[in-house]
Amino acid sequence: MQHWTILPILLPLLVASVMLLPPLASRINWLRIASVSTLLVLTIIAAMQVVTVIDHGSQMYVLGGWSPPFGIALVADKMSSLLVLLTCFLALTCMIYACAGHDKGGEYFHPLFLFQIMGINGAFLTGDLFNLFVFFEVLLIASYALLVHAGGKNKTQAAVHYVVINLLGSSLFLLGLGILYGTLGTLNIADMAVKISQLPQNETIIAKIGALLLLIVFGLKSAMLPLQFWLPRTYSSASAPVAALFAIMTKVGIYSIFRVFTVIFGDDAGELANFASDWLWPLALLTIAIGSLGVLASPTIKLLSANLVIISAGTLLVAAALHTELATAGALYYLIHSTLVTAGLFLLADIIAKQRGQAEDRLVNARALAQPRLIGFGFAILALTIIGMPPFSGFIGKVMILNAAESMTTRLWIWPVILISSLIALIAFSRSTSRLFWKSPNNKNTPDEKAHPYEITAITMLILGAPLLVIFGGPITDYVIQAAADLHDINVSVYPLLPEVSL
Amino acid sequence: MEGIYAFCVGLLTACGIFLTLRGRTFSVVLGLTMMSYAVNLFLFASGRLTINSAAILGQSDTYADPLPQALVLTAIVIGFAMTAFVVILSMRARADLGNDHVDGKDPNEIPTDMSQSKKGERN
Repeated sequence: MQHWTILPILLPLLVASVMLLPPLASRINWLRIASVSTLLVLTIIAAMQVVTVIDHGSQMYVLGGWSPPFGIALVADKMSSLLVLLTCFLALTCMIYACAGHDKGGEYFHPLFLFQIMGINGAFLTGDLFNLFVFFEVLLIASYALLVHAGGKNKTQAAVHYVVINLLGSSLFLLGLGILYGTLGTLNIADMAVKISQLPQNETIIAKIGALLLLIVFGLKSAMLPLQFWLPRTYSSASAPVAALFAIMTKVGIYSIFRVFTVIFGDDAGELANFASDWLWPLALLTIAIGSLGVLASPTIKLLSANLVIISAGTLLVAAALHTELATAGALYYLIHSTLVTAGLFLLADIIAKQRGQAEDRLVNARALAQPRLIGFGFAILALTIIGMPPFSGFIGKVMILNAAESMTTRLWIWPVILISSLIALIAFSRSTSRLFWKSPNNKNTPDEKAHPYEITAITMLILGAPLLVIFGGPITDYVIQAAADLHDINVSVYPLLPEVSL
Repeated sequence: MEGIYAFCVGLLTACGIFLTLRGRTFSVVLGLTMMSYAVNLFLFASGRLTINSAAILGQSDTYADPLPQALVLTAIVIGFAMTAFVVILSMRARADLGNDHVDGKDPNEIPTDMSQSKKGERN
């Protein structure tokens, strides 16, 4: 039982390594069975981890027995176990979708996919900042290869930008880590949180520079305003299951911002307490604004979905800028909702593109879809959820974040921006829906291109998240509020993780 | 020593950023490589620079911080893999897109390019 914490990292690594070996590497059915069952097992493990964390509190796994702050520790607290569960579930649906034939476009899809899951899970679970860098690189190199999966001009071109900008990001990450290690003398997140308040006056400014470099890197991953230009092109050119999986990638950046700027540079950081908020405020609001403009200007459904990712990243950054427990809880709920919904939209966009022939997913008049009712129904639910209409999860998520703005000035800034972005999403969706589903000439000669049952299963699983997040809204909000309280409370998120430090 | 070290790191970073901002993939890859050299040196210095001190206890009077050395080792390995990937990717981009410009379009060929894209729009 004690080793469960590391399984979400170890299991995909082992299975993916076996997949690279000759007996499995060329047998597509075996690979599919292996990856789907691995991801299913992972989802179950992650769910059990969540239950364990609810019952027994945060779990710490000390690698190699070197107790913190010296060794590397994995920390499964409420927030990270929830996100690992979300990742595993999302990966499972994407993999089911990919098994409909999308995995045959190139070699090594299955191992790369599992390596990516390993990287994402590791980034969520690690309690060490350098280890976070390593897992970032693991998930990035898998994502580079997955992005060019199935080939094509568009993908190569998008991949060049994506890889170069992320390599620069990695360099900045290391620079930031070097500065922080030079001033604080540790890279264990909990230990850093303790040491930051004892920093001498003349070194705070250096630590601040290091932290701001980290903010740039996390902003790059989470598509914060001046660093979001890579995202629409990358996401819209990736193949559908990969793009859907990438929906969680921006969330890794958001999670890192929450982890680093709440635990280390949070309320107890002395002179540097909450200094990142000043930067996050304008950038988050402007991110929403530019995402909304992008949504209005999108000529295809895939670009529309990519720009919606930017809006959701901006909304989450607003919550990060608020830095209150309530805002963090709202962000966590909104994060689950937006990941599932945008992933669903990416998958659905692919099905729409396939059924419309030459027009693909462009918002132009084209032939009718083969399954207009089924797809239209799913699309409507996803659209309503993203806009934030009452019966679905987007509504609760947005209300929680809006509600977290307590003072009048913050309300004046946040409410109009978030509400107008919802209105813009509404406009964009009504325009695209009428184009896609109503304005098609009623010709009967549509070829039989019905969606594969696997594809429908995957999308249904993702869409079901929207009502389920509302039906089980009570326990889930309780859980996220508790997770946020744990993250903000230095007595839960820091001190128990440092058994060796005498207090 | 600190002065020379800092100068080298700064120079490498400056060259790296300059080259990364260039328009062709070859210089961008060179720039990224230089950046990673600069970063590795910088990480090494984050444990403070010392002369004649081993990273093992009991070998000398003073000892160097071993952690940055481990970090640099990790960073070198990762940086090497990433450079290898970006080299292959830019060669692939050269083959797929027909030129080595980072945007996939050669700015010197704008006239023909524009006429092509207009044709594409009409279709």
